[in-house]
Amino acid sequence: MLPRSAPPPGLEQAITGNLDAAFNLARWLLRDPSAAEDVVQESALRALRYAEGWRGGDGRAWLLQIVRNTAYDWLSRRRARGEVALEAPAGDVAGPLDDLPDPAPDPEAVLAETQAREGLDAAVAALPVELRECLVLREVEEMSYRDIARTTGVPVGTVMSRLWRARRALAGACVEGTTP
Amino acid sequence: MSEPCEDRILLLQADHDGELDAGRAAELATHVATCLGCAAARRDLAAVSTRLRRELPYHRAPDRLRAAITAQMAPVAAPPPPRRALLRRQIPAFVAGMAAAASVALVVLPRRGSDVAEQVLGSHLRSLQAAHLFDVASSDRHTVKPWFDGRLDFAPPVRDLAAQGFPLEGGRLDHIEGRAVAALVYRRARHVINLFLWPSHSLRPSEPAASTISGYHLLRWREGDMVFWAVSDVNLAELEEFVRLWRAAT
Ligand SMILES: [Zn+2]
Repeated sequence: MLPRSAPPPGLEQAITGNLDAAFNLARWLLRDPSAAEDVVQESALRALRYAEGWRGGDGRAWLLQIVRNTAYDWLSRRRARGEVALEAPAGDVAGPLDDLPDPAPDPEAVLAETQAREGLDAAVAALPVELRECLVLREVEEMSYRDIARTTGVPVGTVMSRLWRARRALAGACVEGTTP
Repeated sequence: MSEPCEDRILLLQADHDGELDAGRAAELATHVATCLGCAAARRDLAAVSTRLRRELPYHRAPDRLRAAITAQMAPVAAPPPPRRALLRRQIPAFVAGMAAAASVALVVLPRRGSDVAEQVLGSHLRSLQAAHLFDVASSDRHTVKPWFDGRLDFAPPVRDLAAQGFPLEGGRLDHIEGRAVAALVYRRARHVINLFLWPSHSLRPSEPAASTISGYHLLRWREGDMVFWAVSDVNLAELEEFVRLWRAAT
């Protein structure tokens, strides 16, 4: 099953050096930690097997592209078996961009803050997967538009509009989350 | 709240993300200084990003996953040693143990939830054993392709790779997952390659993914609106070559 020849130089480092990023993306896309482990392991295999796409460098966008495609395959298999509900379509997500209060620093606000955080977490998890992946790659992984486009296989302009829709939807969720 | 200017929304965001060149950033700053809507949108972007970066969990890879992947790469990285004794000396026992554990996972992983793979292999084996390899035996794709007309609810692409060493031998109607599918039969020396294809419910393309069941290799990929499964007892490199050529052909 494995390639017979040694992989090109730097490729293994690109995989092992970006495992956290790979797992984080899989976890956010699938919302299921054990499925994310399976997907990352399968992705590492695919990365070794289809090494011709490897162009050197830090390899993060290259590996995440493989993780993303493997995760989508997993989602469509689950969907085909009727095990998960269909993702909401990535239509326009309406939401007002209202002013956000700063999180209060005093200890009494800790509980409220926790609830707010769970709210934010849940709001991100509830985004359509196409919007969620752009948001996570930008805000958590801090990737450039170009790398996000490469990872998700869409033009930079699409990345920008998905990112905007995701942020606009979350601006609404942030306000709900911080209002008692 | 006043709305940002519609045509500046993505510029505001690009500026926020550090993706705007200095000239356009300066232009935008001049505009934002006098536009309440754009100024508010810029503050909102900053507030959302601040919260996300501070509060969203970063899910780090669990140690066991890291160990499994490191182990599965170990045997690949080492060039094949001339003798087994040498191999034992070079690889510490615990690494060998991890590699063994990982290779079990490798066998199990692609098979999980992939009963399609087993059906594809089953159809391949039946086609060989029952001597029912073809419904239409022809090396001419202009004969094979029209044969499927009216027998399937889709028109399978038929390509001949005789010049590249994988001659087309014919076609067959088969059944996978309860639906009628096209099976194209190719030959490589004395080996048979069955290529199964049918319309996919997903339009997302996927690169060939390999699995191995009982010594038979399977490569699955998605392209256009079709899903493809190539299966054979040729070695994996030859099957991969077949798939590469097939995808490149027209
Ligand atoms: Zn404006």
